[in-house]
Amino acid sequence: MNKNSWILYIGILVFGLVAPFIFPAFKVQLSILCVLIVLATTWNIQGGEMGYNTFGNILFYGLGMYLCASVQVGMFFPLAEWTESGGEKTFVHTPSQFFQGMAAGLVVAAVVPTIVAGLIGYAILGLRGHYFAICTLGLGVAAGEISGGIEIIGAGQGFTTPPFPNIGGLEARGEFFYFLSFGALVLTFIAVRAIYTTRFRLILNAIRDNEDKAEAMGIETMKYKITGWMISAFFCGLAGGIMGGLVGYIDSTDVAFDGREMGVFMVLMAILGGKGTLWGPIIGATLFHFFKEGFWTFFLGWQYVALGVLIVVIVIYFPEGLMGWLREKYPERFGEVVDEADRKAQVELK
Amino acid sequence: MDFLVFQYPMITIQACLDGLLLGILFALIAYGMALQWGVMNIINIAQGDLVILGGYIAYFMYLYGIHPAWGVIVSPIIMYFVGIAIYKLVINKVVDRDLFISILATFGISILFMQLMNFAFGADVVLANSGYGTTMLFDNNVVLPNSKIFSAFISIVFAICLVVYMKRSKLGRAIRATAQNARAAKILGVNTEKVYAATFGINAALCGVAGALISITFTIHPYMGLPYTIRSFMIVIVAGLGNLPGVAMSGMGLGIFEEFADYILGTEFRIGSVFLLLVLILVYRRFKLSRKREYLK
Repeated sequence: MNKNSWILYIGILVFGLVAPFIFPAFKVQLSILCVLIVLATTWNIQGGEMGYNTFGNILFYGLGMYLCASVQVGMFFPLAEWTESGGEKTFVHTPSQFFQGMAAGLVVAAVVPTIVAGLIGYAILGLRGHYFAICTLGLGVAAGEISGGIEIIGAGQGFTTPPFPNIGGLEARGEFFYFLSFGALVLTFIAVRAIYTTRFRLILNAIRDNEDKAEAMGIETMKYKITGWMISAFFCGLAGGIMGGLVGYIDSTDVAFDGREMGVFMVLMAILGGKGTLWGPIIGATLFHFFKEGFWTFFLGWQYVALGVLIVVIVIYFPEGLMGWLREKYPERFGEVVDEADRKAQVELK
Repeated sequence: MDFLVFQYPMITIQACLDGLLLGILFALIAYGMALQWGVMNIINIAQGDLVILGGYIAYFMYLYGIHPAWGVIVSPIIMYFVGIAIYKLVINKVVDRDLFISILATFGISILFMQLMNFAFGADVVLANSGYGTTMLFDNNVVLPNSKIFSAFISIVFAICLVVYMKRSKLGRAIRATAQNARAAKILGVNTEKVYAATFGINAALCGVAGALISITFTIHPYMGLPYTIRSFMIVIVAGLGNLPGVAMSGMGLGIFEEFADYILGTEFRIGSVFLLLVLILVYRRFKLSRKREYLK
């Protein structure tokens, strides 16, 4: 790491820390942006680095959301009565109960999806290519449909998460969730960056490029695929737990296991920025969030039409994403050695 | 509740017959999917939305006082051109690329269609009433709406027509040649671009027929497309590409499975069980193949 990148990281960190005070009206939007970046970055571990295009990371996100809220309520009150009465009307969390519950809930929300990923990973990750994509799509939708039928977590009528407690008249809900999601983002970035400097990333890339050959070279690909998925699941679950508290209301198919929105968004963000790069998903998520908020504000009602068109256009015309386009244009900035004479010779040959 | 199915054989018979008639419809949609998957090597997530669009065409005829059964003729004709339009705009750019690109692009089309249909037709669950009445069997214990029998019959007629057409006609030969080897077909003078467009059009037309029948027998709703896509995908991977009797059999099997899941688990788990079954089938096949150190390709 050279001096310039240190300055960049510290600059972003400082900006992240002061952002909610500079833009107080956009606290919720910034928190959502942090969650989106976490989701895009973790999707990239599968889709970009490993070549396993998953629609199923939404499973861990939704699972984390439900688990965090359930633990937060269930630690102090009977969960069934809470969802029955529609939430906060009967029971009120004291501030200390709220924060204890949130902490425990986030731990559970991160750990349980990781275990689930480990358990189903062996079965699911043996599938390849489009079978994997469709299978994970099915998994995500099935989870949404089934959780919509379970009474104790609110079934069809939804689950209201505990409202943020009022501490002495201080309204700190936005700041609390912003710093929570920004913390998750920093944690994810550090973890992913650390992973990407190790042999682990090279193995994932080998799996993407040719899994049979990677196996023939003596790499136990299944072990690495499952580990990669578990890392994704950990951060997706964490992001889901935070998002549940932020939205304040969990619905099985519209908020938690929302394959039509969040499940596609994470794929799209990573592709828009550029798969298989560290910064691609982050830039993609930021751009996409601006796009999306623009659509949702100016084309209200038509946002899904715009989204559908956007997906088709991105996928057909920019499958390599922004980073891929930059790489094509300025290969030397990405550490590729360009031999001008060799390049010219190739052009002439064509 | 669980044991009703076994205590009262009439419920079992009812579920089996319902499932069978439903499954024939699924098989028709799956046939379209197998066709385009085999020929163009793309997976169309928007398949279910084409079905629903076809259903709305029949529903509109019903609204304007035409008997919805005529939708079986009109809907495929309109859907054929819709299919060609989709092919010209989007699909021809993803045909020979990575499969995931085609999945994502058609996912985009699917979202687009869902929302456009939501605007055009509203978010209500609708049904085109055919007024065919019902047939009672076994001392009035088993109730079969005649519209279901009609739809199964029409599906079989269309499937047979298509099989014959694929075997006999010039275009059918060209489609089969392209499916076997697109490059060789091109060398021998087949215009593969036209063949692809026609294939996608035929697929959309089949979806149109199935949609018109679904609007008569069941209900349609703008967001109900994805389950039909998943069902047809499931039928195709169970049967294998180019195995028509297999498609018919697994379609009926899926229909019966669904009816039983509906009775035993409850209606709220019906769609969930379909998606879960897909996951289980894929995982089962993966373990079966991994014994031979192979994988699903």
